[in-house]
Amino acid sequence: MSSKLINWFRFSSPTTFYPLAGRMSRGFAWAAVVLIAVGLYMSFFVAPTDYKQGEGYRIIFVHVPAAWMSMLIYLVMAGWSFLGLVFNTRLSSMMATALAPTGALFTFIALWTGAFWGKPMWGTWWVWDARLTSELILLFLYIGFIALHSAIEDTRRADRASAILCLVGAVNIPVIHFSVKWWNTLHQGASVSMTSGSSMSAIMLYTMLVMTLGFWAYAIAVALSRVRCIILERERESGWVKKLITENAQ
Amino acid sequence: MKSFIEMGGYALYVWPSFGVAALLLALEPLLLRRRRAAVIRRIQRLNRMNETRQQ
Repeated sequence: MSSKLINWFRFSSPTTFYPLAGRMSRGFAWAAVVLIAVGLYMSFFVAPTDYKQGEGYRIIFVHVPAAWMSMLIYLVMAGWSFLGLVFNTRLSSMMATALAPTGALFTFIALWTGAFWGKPMWGTWWVWDARLTSELILLFLYIGFIALHSAIEDTRRADRASAILCLVGAVNIPVIHFSVKWWNTLHQGASVSMTSGSSMSAIMLYTMLVMTLGFWAYAIAVALSRVRCIILERERESGWVKKLITENAQ
Repeated sequence: MKSFIEMGGYALYVWPSFGVAALLLALEPLLLRRRRAAVIRRIQRLNRMNETRQQ
């Protein structure tokens, strides 16, 4: 137990985390490439045509995983922000900052693919219904987080301010999740539910899960790679970074 | 092949969805690679400046 605790604190230091993040990032990048390739193959060649929506429904295999990721990344970001505020650990705040652009990217993909799915199925690119609007607010929260962080010169103050914004914004996540239940929306209800199982065929569900795992691996790989950049940028004056860069340059 | 591209008449909706997602997911690692190269160049410059100052 005690040795476990020591290990955790060891990796909360950027110096020890930097090489570990590099190795993990490479591993997850390979996993992402393989999983997304398999997922795409299943999306187009294995999953059957939907009896109601024809081939158009195949957008689900990128739309739903991206939408899940947009919410999950926000929650993880809020978790790191909380740790950063409570324990004042530099690395936690760096992780939160590293996740924000990837979260914004998945939110954008969810909105974009949603529009291209909505047009043929509902006849409109966009409606101001609860699900769509709360997802758009999520995109603004990500952008606000990034903008606030870069607007404050002192990085430690920027960390704290954006962490508070992130935690306050977390109230939006349950709103997105339950929006299709709480309000009468044009957006269809959940296709996959924790309580009542799935309303779709098994192969479609597996395809979606493979894509989701691929997006997970992608997000982890990219966030770790970005946190390495952030560590270098912030610790550029420290001895270990200088030594590392001189050694690698030769 | 032709019927695959046509996507049962939904080609205009399916391909922009997957295309833009693929484009963005490919772009982000490229941008990160450039950011990393830029910060490494900056640190190397800092190191050189310090060396000349010490001499």
